[in-house]
Amino acid sequence: MSEILNIKKLVIEGLTGEEWIPIVKGVDLTLNRGEVLGLIGESGAGKSTIGLASMGYTRQGCRIASASINFDGMELFGASESMLRKIRSTRIAYVAQSAAASFNPAHRLIKQYAEAPVQHGLMNFSQAAKNATEIYERLLMPDPEKIGYRYPHQVSGGQLQRAMVAMAMSCQPDLIIFDEPTTALDVTTQIEVLTAIKEVARQHNTAAIYITHDLAVVAQLADRIMVLRNGDLVEENDCRKMLAEPKEEYTQELLAVRNISKGKDLSTLKDDVILEVKNVTASYGGVVNVVEDIDLSIKKGRTIALVGESGSGKSTLARVITGLLPPIKGTIEYEGTSLAPALKNRDKESLRKMQMIYQMPDTALNPRQKVRKIIGRPLSFYFGLNHKAQEDKILELLDQIELPANYIDRYPPELSGGEKQRVCIARALAAKPDLIICDEVTSALDQLVAKEILKLLQNLQNKLNVSYLFITHDLATVKAISDEIVVMLQGRIVEHGTRDEILAPPHHEYTELLLSSVPEMDPDWLENLLVKRAANG
Amino acid sequence: MALLKLLKKSPISARIGMVIVLLNILAAIFVPVIAPYGETEIVSDVWMEMSEDHLLGTDHIGRDLYTRMLYGARNTISIAFLITILSFTVGSICGFFAATLGGWVDLALSRVVDIMMAFPTLIFALMVLSIVGTSPFALVIVIALLDSTRVYRLSRAVAMDIEVMEYVEAARLRGEKIWWLMRHEILPNSLPPLVAEFGLRFCFVFLFIASLSFLGLGIQPPAADWGGMVRENAGAITFGIFIPLWPAAAIATLTVGVNLIVDWFLHLSSGLED
Repeated sequence: MSEILNIKKLVIEGLTGEEWIPIVKGVDLTLNRGEVLGLIGESGAGKSTIGLASMGYTRQGCRIASASINFDGMELFGASESMLRKIRSTRIAYVAQSAAASFNPAHRLIKQYAEAPVQHGLMNFSQAAKNATEIYERLLMPDPEKIGYRYPHQVSGGQLQRAMVAMAMSCQPDLIIFDEPTTALDVTTQIEVLTAIKEVARQHNTAAIYITHDLAVVAQLADRIMVLRNGDLVEENDCRKMLAEPKEEYTQELLAVRNISKGKDLSTLKDDVILEVKNVTASYGGVVNVVEDIDLSIKKGRTIALVGESGSGKSTLARVITGLLPPIKGTIEYEGTSLAPALKNRDKESLRKMQMIYQMPDTALNPRQKVRKIIGRPLSFYFGLNHKAQEDKILELLDQIELPANYIDRYPPELSGGEKQRVCIARALAAKPDLIICDEVTSALDQLVAKEILKLLQNLQNKLNVSYLFITHDLATVKAISDEIVVMLQGRIVEHGTRDEILAPPHHEYTELLLSSVPEMDPDWLENLLVKRAANG
Repeated sequence: MALLKLLKKSPISARIGMVIVLLNILAAIFVPVIAPYGETEIVSDVWMEMSEDHLLGTDHIGRDLYTRMLYGARNTISIAFLITILSFTVGSICGFFAATLGGWVDLALSRVVDIMMAFPTLIFALMVLSIVGTSPFALVIVIALLDSTRVYRLSRAVAMDIEVMEYVEAARLRGEKIWWLMRHEILPNSLPPLVAEFGLRFCFVFLFIASLSFLGLGIQPPAADWGGMVRENAGAITFGIFIPLWPAAAIATLTVGVNLIVDWFLHLSSGLED
């Protein structure tokens, strides 16, 4: 095999204030023709920065301080702009995380496909259009003849991401850089895109760098994996070897993330129902029902997971329960008495009993309030605690969420993502709720941090006997912490039962699809799945 | 002290601005002490040259211009400041209400503001002031109300952005009343753009009073104010006497000074420094 890319001693610096601080600290990287290299790491590990640097590019505010970037015999570091322009997209292509944000909404897909090859004088438009149809077909896009003539908003997220892969292929590059191309997608769509990428890499013998934080995803595609942390290489090995026997502790931790055990005996819990959603239908503006005929009951001290893809109505249901969106039909009962449909008509006590934790801790905390005020306000608001009692209680809560006491005087921007989420948890706990609605609370966090948050929630439940309504699209999280599972599809509940019932066959058709779409840490998983699905027709 | 540290890091332009504003404020406060003559006292001949007795010469009826300048600072700045405070209080409270309540409250307030903004401000002010008279009280109320429409627009837009944040939703779910939401969640987060706007609006109000005075509907003689002083002495220009340039220069200098500070503040609050 011949070498296509060879990066030596890559140092990239980022501008912080007036200083250049190294964010990638001397990483070496080699890639052979037709090889897929996985770059793994948490946010801030420098994966994307390295990916972009391999095309000789850095984001604004960054610079390549020193390196040798040898692409097929050419030195890219310090190369002229015109030379780089020639190489980019004809020899090296880039697929970004969010296809929706990367396509120009004003032009048809095929026009954007043809832009690079026509611009670089490789072919004329009709040739490019013909090629596009071929590639669309190979990527299993529906109606490959016509789909190119649609606008980006007229195709689904998965199709758009595949159209972007097609675009990257348009000039038959030697190297494609995939930057988290499936992170924003649902599990079922993720499969389509992964299959497409794998197909393309194999058929064209294209080398690829695949950047992701999800080991299970990269395991399906990569021949070799590099684990990065804080701009340094942690471990590099053949994909199968790495998964079988990770050497470094950090890699082992990353591998172990998906295995959190529940460790709770359900039989000791009583079956006290605290919240009952009866026959609820809701819509925005009365046009289309976003959720329909929902029946749901939440028992004390249990975690009930609400699973479904984006657009299935999970978050809307949460808004109905909290009273932000009064339902058109149906009632919500709390310990036997029905709650007012609209938030403004509910009394303080019923508000107190239900608390909420959000997906984005950045926007869930007022950046101008100190932790003291954020946690203290529910205490004074609901319980009328005086200053001293409040201060003691805040310290107690900080201790419960495992943050040091001196954090009391910090502002949210001075906290990390995981710490912010902990403060959100403390704010919810301060109200002494019976039920906490967790809306995708871990999906904005890095895997290891997310694991810690889940553990904390689990411990708190064991200690305080609080119930969780856990809204998520991440089935690994569901497996880890739920007692009961509710599966939603297009605003309706399709399956409902205890964790073991739902996770053990036989499944509802849709649950089966969801469950089987979650990537596993097995390099053969995708192949096997596709074979199985093909066999089932 | 955080403030002192911040001041130490301030750029030269902001420091110049601060010196200008500070001098004006000191002058406005200590006029009775530092002014050599009385505000309306006629002390000499008309349009005298600069001399030791009259630092900036005398005006069209022989009053000491330096004294008049100092009193003018007091009158103009204090009224402009009062008007800006008032217009911000009214404008931002209405704007926050419209944003947090939404619905018909927002609709009604916004349409009223649209109607008020449809008239050219100066014409509208001239019309109202000629009806209600030119007492300082009427002046303050009329200009403040006219100006609050612009503050309303800004604060409503800023509050709308903040209103959709999850921390505001969290507070709503907690059961907080609208005043608490406005005071603790929305106000602190909308402060940077509002403070910057405060500085700018102060300048506009200040210029607006000056132009009203120039037209004879602002602060009424014999009280000294800079705009009026330009008008009263405008005739001197034809004789090559640059007396009216002094108050004009004072208006310009203070406007520039305030803007220099505002620029710095905008730069700070945009987060480009950190």
